[in-house]
Amino acid sequence: MASKPRTLYEKIWADHVVERRDDGTCLIYIDRHLIHEVTSPQAFAGLAAAGRRVRRPELTLAVPDHNLPTTARVDAAGRRLPIADPASAQQLEMLERNTAAFGIRYIGATDAEQGIVHVVGPEQGFTLPGTTLVCGDSHTSAHGALGALAFGIGTSEVEHVLATQTLLLKQSKTMEVRVDGTLGFGVSAKDVILAIIGRIGAAGGTGHVIEYTGEVIRALSVEGRLTISNMSIEGGARAGLIAPDETTFTYLKGRPMAPAGEDWERAVAYWRTLPTDAGAIYDKRVVLNGDEIAPSLTWGTSPEDVVPITGAVPEPESFADPSKQAAARKSLDYMGLTPGTRMQDVGIEHVFIGSCTNSRIEDLRAAAKVVEGRRVADRIRQALVVPGSGLVKRQAEAEGLDRIFVEAGFEWREPGCSMCLAMNPDKVPPGERCASTSNRNFVGRQGPGARTHLVSPAMAAAAAVTGRLTDVRELVAGS
Amino acid sequence: MRAVTRVEGRAYPFGAKNIDTDIIIPAHWLKTVTREGLGKGAFEALRREPGNVFDDPAYAGSPILIAGENFGCGSSREHAAWALGDMGVRAVIAPSYSDIFSGNAVKNGIVPVVLPQDAIDRLVEVAREGAAITVDLESMSVTTPWQDRFVFEMDPFRRQCLIEGLDEIGITLAKDTAISKYEAAVGSDRPWIAGGSRNEGVAVEGAGRT
Repeated sequence: MASKPRTLYEKIWADHVVERRDDGTCLIYIDRHLIHEVTSPQAFAGLAAAGRRVRRPELTLAVPDHNLPTTARVDAAGRRLPIADPASAQQLEMLERNTAAFGIRYIGATDAEQGIVHVVGPEQGFTLPGTTLVCGDSHTSAHGALGALAFGIGTSEVEHVLATQTLLLKQSKTMEVRVDGTLGFGVSAKDVILAIIGRIGAAGGTGHVIEYTGEVIRALSVEGRLTISNMSIEGGARAGLIAPDETTFTYLKGRPMAPAGEDWERAVAYWRTLPTDAGAIYDKRVVLNGDEIAPSLTWGTSPEDVVPITGAVPEPESFADPSKQAAARKSLDYMGLTPGTRMQDVGIEHVFIGSCTNSRIEDLRAAAKVVEGRRVADRIRQALVVPGSGLVKRQAEAEGLDRIFVEAGFEWREPGCSMCLAMNPDKVPPGERCASTSNRNFVGRQGPGARTHLVSPAMAAAAAVTGRLTDVRELVAGS
Repeated sequence: MRAVTRVEGRAYPFGAKNIDTDIIIPAHWLKTVTREGLGKGAFEALRREPGNVFDDPAYAGSPILIAGENFGCGSSREHAAWALGDMGVRAVIAPSYSDIFSGNAVKNGIVPVVLPQDAIDRLVEVAREGAAITVDLESMSVTTPWQDRFVFEMDPFRRQCLIEGLDEIGITLAKDTAISKYEAAVGSDRPWIAGGSRNEGVAVEGAGRT
C-alpha cells in the first residue's frame, strides 16, 4: 500500500521527532541554531546558573548584528573602534565571552563574514534543506527559502536548544500559498510577499506553516525566495517553506559549511525526496496570480496595510470590519496621511535599503540599477544602504555598486540590522517618513514616532531619487 | 518557573488588536542582559497618550490584561513576556496570539487565555467597572462577580507547565537517552547534519556567490 502523500513540512517534522508525548507534544531535534547578541545573554546566564552545558556547540553559530553600529568598525590602522553605547558594547562583549566559554563558533564584528544572521546562514551554507533551524529572532522564517523548517524562538527556547539541542513543540497546520503566472516589469519578490500579506492579513498564517509554491516562486532566485520566506511572520506564520530544487542546490554547492564530496551527493539525494507529494492536503490554501501583482507598499502601521503604488491612501470606512476601521484611523493619524491621497504624492525624508528582507547582492543590484546616473533628491535627509553581510558588501564593491550609491548621495555602511529596528544609532526621527526595504511598519519600529512605508529595493531607490513614493516602472521607463 | 493555577484581580480594559511586541516593549529596551526591570518600558509609546489605561491609577498593578486578536505579533523577543510579568501581569485574555508570544508567555508563568471576541467585549466592560476577574486553570474558566462564566481551552502540556511550574529544560534533559539514540541514527542516515564540511572557507567565488 502506498503511504499517504505528505507535505514538505510533514516530512521534515517526521524526520525530527525524537519522542512523542501522550498529549501530542513532540520533542523535536534542532539541527541548526543561530544566535546573536540581543536574545542570547539571558539564555547563557540561565545555563550558567543551573550548571548546564551546551549539548552540541558545533551546531550553533553566533554572529552579532542587531545593535552593532553600521559606521566604521576599525580605524585606518586596522584597530577596532569602541562602540559608543555602553549597553550595546556590553551585549557584544557578552556574546564574545559566552561563545568562547561554551565553545561556540563565532563570527566577530570585524570579520569579513559578519552580517545579519539570516544573510550569513544561507551564505555560509549553514542553512540546509530538510534541516530544522532556529534563532531567537522572528525573521528566522527566512531560511525556509532553502527548504529548512526555520522559525523564531524566545530566549527560554534558546536556552532549551543550547542545553538539549531539541524543542518541545506541537505540530502546526499547513497552508499553501501558490503564486501562479509571471511577474511583470519592475515587480520583485518583495512586492509578491507584500501582496500575499495584504491578502491573508497579519494573522492569516497564525498556527500554520506556510509553503510557497507556483511558477512565480519556482522562477525566483534563492535571494528572492529568502525575501518571501523572511516575511512569513508578518503574515502570522512562524515558518514559510519553499521546496528545495536545482536553484537551491546550485546556490549551496561549495559554500563553506555545506556538505562536500560524498556527503554532498547523499545530501542532494535526500533533499530530492523532500518536496510535497502529489495529492498531499494542506489545511488552508491561497492562490494569487503573479501577473496581477504591481509594485506594492504599505500605507499604515500593520504589514497587512498594503496597496499597489498606483493606489491611494484608503478611506477607513472602506473596511468592512469596524475594528479595522478604528485601527485604520489610528494608523493614518500616526502616519500623517489623508484618505484619498495618491500614494505617489506622498513625500519622504529617509530611505533605508537593508535588513534581512532585502540586503543581499541582488537587492543592491536592483537598487543600484535605478540609482545609476541619478541623484538622491534634495529633500531626502538620509539615504542609507546597509549590506546584509561583509561578503555582500565586498561583492557589491567589486561590482562598483558602492560608487553608484555614494555618487548619488547615499551612505554606504557596514553590515547589520540597522534602521530596520532602530536598536543601533540608525533611526528615523519622530514624524519623518521613510521608504524602507525592511519588514515591519509598526508604530515606533524605526524610532519613536517614525513613519515607515515598506517597499522593494527598486522602489526605495526610486523614492530616493524623486523624494516621494514612486512607481519605479514609470521612473525607469521614462529614462 | 513560577507555578500558576489561578489569577484574580482587576484587569486592564485594553482590547486593542494586532498589538505587536514592539508596542509591548520597544527595541531600545532590549539592550539589557537580564530578564528583570522591563516593566517600566512596557507600552512606552502608548503611555505617551493621555488617558491611556496603563497609567490610569484605577488599573495600576492589575494582574490581567484584556486584548484584541493577534496579541504579541511581530518580533520573537521574550522581553515582551518579561515586561508584562514585571508590570505584574499574570494572565492575558485575547481572541488569538502570535504563536511565538503565547509560547514565551507560558514559559514565564503568564497564562494566555483564548476567548472569542464577544467574551472579550464583555470582559472589557467588566474591567472598566473596576470589578475583579478570575482566571482559573483548574476549571479552565474566566468568571466575573456578575456570574459571567467563559470556558476556555488550552494545550494540555502548556496547562500542565503552568500549573506545575515545570522546568522544561529539566524535563528534556531527562530524555538524554532518547536524544542520544536519535543523534546516533541521524549520524548514519544524514551524516552531513553533524557539520564539518570539507569545502574551503571561501563563500565568494565570483558574481552572485555571496
